[in-house]
Amino acid sequence: MGNITLNKVSKSFGTTHVIKDIDLAIDDGEFVVFVGPSGCGKSTLLRLIAGLEDVSSGKIMIDGTDATGLAPAKRRLSMVFQSYALYPHMSVRQNIAFPLKMAGNDKAVIDKKVGDAARVLNLTDYLDRKPRQLSGGQRQRVAIGRAIVREPEAFLFDEPLSNLDAALRVNMRLEISELHQQLKTTMIYVTHDQVEAMTMADKIVVLQAGRIEQVGSPLDLYKHPANRFVAGFIGSPKMNFVEGAEAKRHDASAIGVRPEHLDISTTDGLWKGKVGVSEHLGSDTFLHVHLDGAGPNDETITVRTGGEVMLAHGDTVYLTPQADKIHKFDAQGLAIK
Amino acid sequence: MARAVSTRRKITFTIIGWTVGLLIFFPVLWTILTSFKTELDAISIPPKWIFFDWTLENYATVQERSNYFRFMMNSVYLALGSTALGLIFAIPAAWAMAFSPTPRTKDVLLWMLSTKMLPAVGVLIPIYLIFRDWGLLDSRVGLIVVLFLINLPIMVWMLYTYFKEIPGEILEAARMDGASLSKEITHVLAPMSVPGIASTVLLSVILAWNEAFWTLNLTTSNAAPLTTFIASYSSPQGNFYAKLSAASTLAIAPILILGWFSQKQLVRGLTFGAVK
Repeated sequence: MGNITLNKVSKSFGTTHVIKDIDLAIDDGEFVVFVGPSGCGKSTLLRLIAGLEDVSSGKIMIDGTDATGLAPAKRRLSMVFQSYALYPHMSVRQNIAFPLKMAGNDKAVIDKKVGDAARVLNLTDYLDRKPRQLSGGQRQRVAIGRAIVREPEAFLFDEPLSNLDAALRVNMRLEISELHQQLKTTMIYVTHDQVEAMTMADKIVVLQAGRIEQVGSPLDLYKHPANRFVAGFIGSPKMNFVEGAEAKRHDASAIGVRPEHLDISTTDGLWKGKVGVSEHLGSDTFLHVHLDGAGPNDETITVRTGGEVMLAHGDTVYLTPQADKIHKFDAQGLAIK
Repeated sequence: MARAVSTRRKITFTIIGWTVGLLIFFPVLWTILTSFKTELDAISIPPKWIFFDWTLENYATVQERSNYFRFMMNSVYLALGSTALGLIFAIPAAWAMAFSPTPRTKDVLLWMLSTKMLPAVGVLIPIYLIFRDWGLLDSRVGLIVVLFLINLPIMVWMLYTYFKEIPGEILEAARMDGASLSKEITHVLAPMSVPGIASTVLLSVILAWNEAFWTLNLTTSNAAPLTTFIASYSSPQGNFYAKLSAASTLAIAPILILGWFSQKQLVRGLTFGAVK
């Protein structure tokens, strides 16, 4: 069972408080993603769970027992590092076998488990190569292989895809999700990429400046962001925020509308503006519309429309937010229900 | 990227390089040449360069008068013993400084190195007295400990610069994979830093082999290495230059050969981290 509970966990480096009083419960078999801008403490939080850093205060429970003071190896967790951290002097086979060897398994068991892992990860033909002879994606798979042979309580991933090129990243994302479906083991995954978070997670933990901003399922965060930070961080392109009179009309200090929740018309609508840059993705078009005086503010609003909309730079358009999709925020930036 | 260097510059630098190299090597060359001369030729003025009566009599005399092999074995024991002991302490020390540095790590390193700037004679009396009281005078064990201690700062420093180049995540991965501290060092860190450890060992062996101050002061016969062997041939009277040269040549030959075969490794080790 791989349930993990954090109880008032804090971490300071000298006088810098990196993690502030975090409470979090992760259920067995969940795929949890820690997401946030760089420097938000997400990697540190993962390293605290791994035991690579000691907590300054608070408790970490793994599988019901207090693991706060346990050495990393005793926590029965496996970690996949951003740099893969493969042992360069060992072959792929030796890399994957290393945790089993450290655990004192005998050779027959090691050979079988390494063989199984290699088959799952399509590494069978590469077992006798050294890491430097492999491509980025293959190295990543070796790192995952090394993690799965231990049959850990949970997997920890520290930005594992950020060293891969875009196409490979999408593939590996799917492979990791697939692996989670097969193994049904708890996975904690750190990323700064909200697309990775949205597509992979059962549960997303949004962090900022060492605190949890919100915890929830991807759609939950998308539909009901708890504050402006989460609203702006989750979703691509970003949510549009409008302040001033237009927000007052909704009894809020700011309102947020996602680019996909704006109706666009060339004849009439609530906000008038001129088309600026259009980004054509084929399936979608992102229009950056500069609102003029008639609208709420002189702001630029991003609108997501179908791929076939052909508007030229400087064309006048009217935007109308879908009434039930407007997010309202108070002066502190908290969502008004 | 290679820079274009004009032929003239190349020639100039080649000449300078060879001049400096020959200047440094000249004393060694002269010693070797002198060892094949008769005592009379050795002191003749003007000096005889190559056209003298080549003779092996000095080597025969040296071998007759003293047991070269016993001195050499002492040198081997001291060099290898102090180096092995040094590795046992320097690897964990460098590991700690490279992978869990504190704000004072750099100070500690500099302080360790600063002990090398102290004139050795400054601590000769206390160490001599300790050796006398503990019955370590003229013992290999005592000398191994002294040589180990004087070379330790350099070994730690060299290993530290090597270990710094190894990404910490790899050691963390080993820790996650269940490696104990000792296994982390023996299975991951040490194999990854074989070139660095090899250079460190070479340097330590060479320094210990060449160490004369402590070996001369703390030994008489039993534990005396080749440095003492050379010194025993310098006497204030009589003709001894050729014999002294023969003894010196015999003493430096093993380390010269070792150095020659390992020069690439050694240079790489000493300049490691300097250029990226």
